[in-house]
Amino acid sequence: MTKFIDLTLSGISDGAIYAAVALALVLIWRATRIVNFAQGAMLMITTFIAYAVIGAGASYVVGFLAALLSGLALGAVTERVLIRRVEHAPPLNAVIVTLGLYTVLVAVAGMIWGNTPKSFPAAFSLRGYTVGGTTLLFTPNDTFIVLVVIAVALGLAAMFRFTSLGLQMRAAAFAPEVARLLGVRVGRMFTVGWALAAVAGAIAGVLVAPSVFLGPNSFDPILIGGFVAAVLGGLDSPPGAVIGGLLLGLALSYVSGYEGSALVPLAALAILVLVLMIRPSGLFSAAQERRV
Amino acid sequence: MESRELPGAAHRLSVEDVTVSFGGIRALDRVSVEVSTGEVLGVIGPNGAGKTTLFNVICGFVAPDAGTLSWRGKTLHRIRPHRLSSLGIARTLQGVGLFGRMTVLENVMVGAQHFRRAGIASAMVALPRSDKDERDLRDRALATLAELDCAGIADRLPGTLPFAVQKRVALARALVAEPELLLLDEPAGGLGADELTELRGVIERIGREIAVMVVEHHMDLVMSVCDRVVVLDFGRVIAAGDPAAIKSDPRVLEAYLGREAEGPEALTAAEAGNAGRP
Repeated sequence: MTKFIDLTLSGISDGAIYAAVALALVLIWRATRIVNFAQGAMLMITTFIAYAVIGAGASYVVGFLAALLSGLALGAVTERVLIRRVEHAPPLNAVIVTLGLYTVLVAVAGMIWGNTPKSFPAAFSLRGYTVGGTTLLFTPNDTFIVLVVIAVALGLAAMFRFTSLGLQMRAAAFAPEVARLLGVRVGRMFTVGWALAAVAGAIAGVLVAPSVFLGPNSFDPILIGGFVAAVLGGLDSPPGAVIGGLLLGLALSYVSGYEGSALVPLAALAILVLVLMIRPSGLFSAAQERRV
Repeated sequence: MESRELPGAAHRLSVEDVTVSFGGIRALDRVSVEVSTGEVLGVIGPNGAGKTTLFNVICGFVAPDAGTLSWRGKTLHRIRPHRLSSLGIARTLQGVGLFGRMTVLENVMVGAQHFRRAGIASAMVALPRSDKDERDLRDRALATLAELDCAGIADRLPGTLPFAVQKRVALARALVAEPELLLLDEPAGGLGADELTELRGVIERIGREIAVMVVEHHMDLVMSVCDRVVVLDFGRVIAAGDPAAIKSDPRVLEAYLGREAEGPEALTAAEAGNAGRP
């Protein structure tokens, strides 16, 4: 029973990370109908920036903020400089561009910071809570992770739902030409979408870095998890991304605990294939609207 | 209607000698039209005559190969669609073009964006000014919906409403921007008789205060609400004048029927067939 509780709790913590990455992917998909394969590399870069800032003597909070700001800038610049050129091109062009960006960012990080994984500080203690004599696998830092991701998800939801910026972003994503006609600066909304996505990714990077260590390729599995979570949630729905992330986190945690951690990547892909076969529009997507 | 008081001066849109070619096809061939405040201009013509292309030129979706546009005394060089609402120009689309996953109120609020004062940065951090903007937009949207008898459906999703009501919402979304020129692309498409009467009233009311251009197949509506009518055929203006003159113009009848017409009834009959189309 303790094992089950442990696996559930660590599944929630992992799931929160997948949820944050999935949110980043969903934001970009909604805005520009592009799957951003560079997301993992982008959040790796912003985490390295946090690492550098903290290494220079700044506090964890300042490092966290540096990651957020550099994410904001990196996302906006990527959309403005690279993606804008392929937005009207066939989808494959954008895929190639994001894969290319991934390669470049990984190489650049390797050149600057080397390929040896580095340890990254955690915000809070990594010693599990002790309940009635048993130490749980859930740590104060996990609590922090879950709370931050919940805050990000709620913040994004509130922005989309209650602000005029969110309104314009939804309008731009749903029907760009119509939105433009109504005075929405569609291009700017796309830039904001990418910037916000990169911020969500940056948050995920800083949160997960203490447990995966920091290296140019250390976030690749996280990106795969985020991608599966996003597809589970329907790619189009931020709440779906969060639920998808949590479900995936739990499922992978049980697989890892009961069957062995070697099966985790396989299980992730099996879930992806199953979802795509049984319900390609995702578990939580509303009635499918196709772009004409 | 208090919210859309006359801005004082009368305004005029002039389209002069506009030519648009798609490949080898002349969609518009030296087309000139004008419409001023307080006037409803009808644009009619057989399918493919260039009516929607004309609207697209005015909205900046299509750049003309030649010709000029001027509005409020200024030449419009390169029109960028997102600037339209701040230029005081609004357009409705064929069909409805509402955002399906947004409520009626949210749809209309998008149309009022140019009243927003706060920038993106302050909107992101929800500064007080942005907050006030938000309430202001909501109030404007609700007021416009109320004018069109749609106040009760503000929280519904467009897909759950009858087509005619969706069209009214689309009209509200255009009107909420308080335009001085309104372009209506087939506003009567898919409407029943009662709804047409209502629409006629709305257009007449708006047409007294601002400039309105209507592309429409429904001839009865065009003839009753328009002060002037321009007839396009194969991208050319083949006739222009008041509705009565247009009705009996032999060139117009020929364009619609492809032969010498027998009388004004013939045009109405031809259009009756056309109007059923959405």
